[in-house]
Amino acid sequence: MQLVLTEDQELLAKTAADFVNERSPVARVRELRDSDDADGFSRALWKEMAELGWVGIPFPESHGGADMGLAEMAVVLEELGRKLAPEPFLSNCLLAGQVILRAGSEAQQQAWLPGLVEGEKLLALAHQEPNSRFDLAAVATRAERDGDGWRLSGEKIAVLDGTAADALVVAARTAGDDRDRAGISLFLVPKDAPGLQLERQHRIDSRNAARIHLDGVAVGSDAQLGVEGEGASILEEVVDLATVGLCAEMLGSMSEAFERTLDYLKQRVQFGVPIGSFQALKHRAAEMFIEIELCRSAVMGAARALDEGAPEAQKLVSLAKARCSDAAILVTNEAVQMFGGIGMTDEHEIGFFMKRARVAELTFGDAKYHRDRWARLSEY
Amino acid sequence: MADLDAFRREARQWLEENAPAALRGHSFGSEGDGNWGGRRATFDPPEMEIWLERMAGRGWTAPTWPAEYGGGGLSGEEAKALRAEMAALELPPPLIGFGLEMIGPTLLRYGTEEQKRQHLPGIIQGKVRWCQGYSEPDAGSDLASLQMKAVRDGDDFLISGTKVWTSYGDLSDWIFALVRTDPAAKKQEGITFILIDMESPGVSVWPIKLISGKSPFCETRFDEVRVPAANVLGEINGGWSVAKALLGYERNMIADTFGSGRKKTGRKGSRLAAMARRYGLAENGRVDPVTRDQIAAVEMDERAFHLTVQRSRDAARAGHQPGPESSLFKVYATELNKDRYELMVGLAGPQGLGWEGPGFEDDELELTRQWLRSRGNSIEGGTSEVQLNIIAKRVLGLPD
Repeated sequence: MQLVLTEDQELLAKTAADFVNERSPVARVRELRDSDDADGFSRALWKEMAELGWVGIPFPESHGGADMGLAEMAVVLEELGRKLAPEPFLSNCLLAGQVILRAGSEAQQQAWLPGLVEGEKLLALAHQEPNSRFDLAAVATRAERDGDGWRLSGEKIAVLDGTAADALVVAARTAGDDRDRAGISLFLVPKDAPGLQLERQHRIDSRNAARIHLDGVAVGSDAQLGVEGEGASILEEVVDLATVGLCAEMLGSMSEAFERTLDYLKQRVQFGVPIGSFQALKHRAAEMFIEIELCRSAVMGAARALDEGAPEAQKLVSLAKARCSDAAILVTNEAVQMFGGIGMTDEHEIGFFMKRARVAELTFGDAKYHRDRWARLSEY
Repeated sequence: MADLDAFRREARQWLEENAPAALRGHSFGSEGDGNWGGRRATFDPPEMEIWLERMAGRGWTAPTWPAEYGGGGLSGEEAKALRAEMAALELPPPLIGFGLEMIGPTLLRYGTEEQKRQHLPGIIQGKVRWCQGYSEPDAGSDLASLQMKAVRDGDDFLISGTKVWTSYGDLSDWIFALVRTDPAAKKQEGITFILIDMESPGVSVWPIKLISGKSPFCETRFDEVRVPAANVLGEINGGWSVAKALLGYERNMIADTFGSGRKKTGRKGSRLAAMARRYGLAENGRVDPVTRDQIAAVEMDERAFHLTVQRSRDAARAGHQPGPESSLFKVYATELNKDRYELMVGLAGPQGLGWEGPGFEDDELELTRQWLRSRGNSIEGGTSEVQLNIIAKRVLGLPD
């Protein structure tokens, strides 16, 4: 694997950076929040991003995609992360869309993927539950046989972009106990299915997350995705993809937060000198720089390892998420501290970075979870 | 690519025919091991001597240096292929040291044609061992305040003063040193970079014993040592820029030293976890949760660092200018090495406390000594604090 951007990837990064700078300032996140936007992102902008080809990056040409990899997706997500753009890439391109691509029948793929790639249809993945924390095998939601079809009952939380989705990919247990890896199945459930309740969760980053109640929701046998009882491996695959995508976003956000802090250290004068001349702040700035550089290497490594199917790919995913989680918290906490009083105000944008960092840290596993996973994968 | 493949095949065949079988799989564990060359060279194992002779004959001790000085004349890609073939046969480097890693690249950049012809062949053949004369008793982190004086006397300089932390000064043939040639100038502007034969009358060397009990370092004293002015590298009073360029090579060498451990550890599973099991920190092979977290943290830091070194090299090969990431190598690699030894001594528990004698295995005693030695990593070659200052100033542009 080569840890350097190709010319095409550099061009993609430049296009994305220009677009985000022009069309998606951080002020947009504030507007979406203050206007209580139902989706938490802009469908019009999402459509434009689809037209630029970004939504189709990790999908094959047969579905209208660009047939590129996570390395390219990461390049775009990093630039979006710089301005905290909340458009639903993780939920659609790397989670639910990838479940359909990997486990869906030809008919299911045809029904959803071309529309998704065009930015017309939206999907979300409902896997997390109130008691699962980060354990993908912890699925208490049940799917019971009902004639030819199934009835689903249970509760899901933190469903990314859930209230905006046309349909949900739901993980439900068809066999085994609440924490068994075996016995998890995946179902495609329309958002208007009787018995399905969708509720927006208002979290600190103002993005779309949903709580879902399933009360005997009936679906046909054609709603099943992949092999009955073997959904865990699909979940693990797509969550690994989305984890790296999220890491790329975090890399962009922490880089931006750091650069803004650095500018402030050079401008803010106290005691007659720029506060960036104080060694107590210089060393902390240098340490943040080091952490961000290491994050960049880890994210590039993880994306390429997954693209290439490298044997150590899972470990590198955990490496990337553990590092990015720790670094994003360090950098945004330090940013607020170094901005001082103004950093505590809602008027200033730096607080948005800290809030998003905390949500990202606790999505798909925090650093402690991923160190444990690294140890498990290393067999100790 | 076809040429590169042909080179790779040819290199493999040559290595298989010429590398002594006894060296296959031989690795050097502690500081100072390996072949450093020079007049006082000792070859352990003895096959190292013929290995050096054969490799030096092809210039492969310095694969990318120009062939006209005895180097290998290889491209970066070819050198990488050669390293890979050597690694595949588990062969140790035929020669290491400050000649190859520090003064050689500096000579190639700043040396006159005559200086290159005088010094490079001896380095490549492992006949001349070099040491570094930078720090002084009163010039540590503030290196530019150095006071060792060089007074012009006809075609020569007369040099007097003291250098400390001259690694392996007692085993070296030549020293590259910073001397003050203009005491009136601003401190960086009165410094000259000069090459001195350690056999010159007036040079004396005293080993310094460290807390680890070993003496890799020396104090080197100069008493009216006569050195030809032709031995100045770069301009007189222009030595500071040469000195900084060499420090860049030194930082790369240090990063390489600490960044090269991955392949050795990757294959046999986690060495740290094996230690935890050996010292009762595991049940049924499963390491206790707190220790697991500590081990994973160190291993993951190492992996992220190796990826960063790789990223820097891949970018260089793709023709990019060195990125800011290289400025973190020295500070991160050395802090990480300290973390690793701190953890290992902790894992060993009471067995990590041995100094010598019965009750301790050889590897336990070695571990203790290496832990003690590792404390110096973040001091030598520019302290971590100085490295952070450099990043803040040069990379981040923070004001003085």
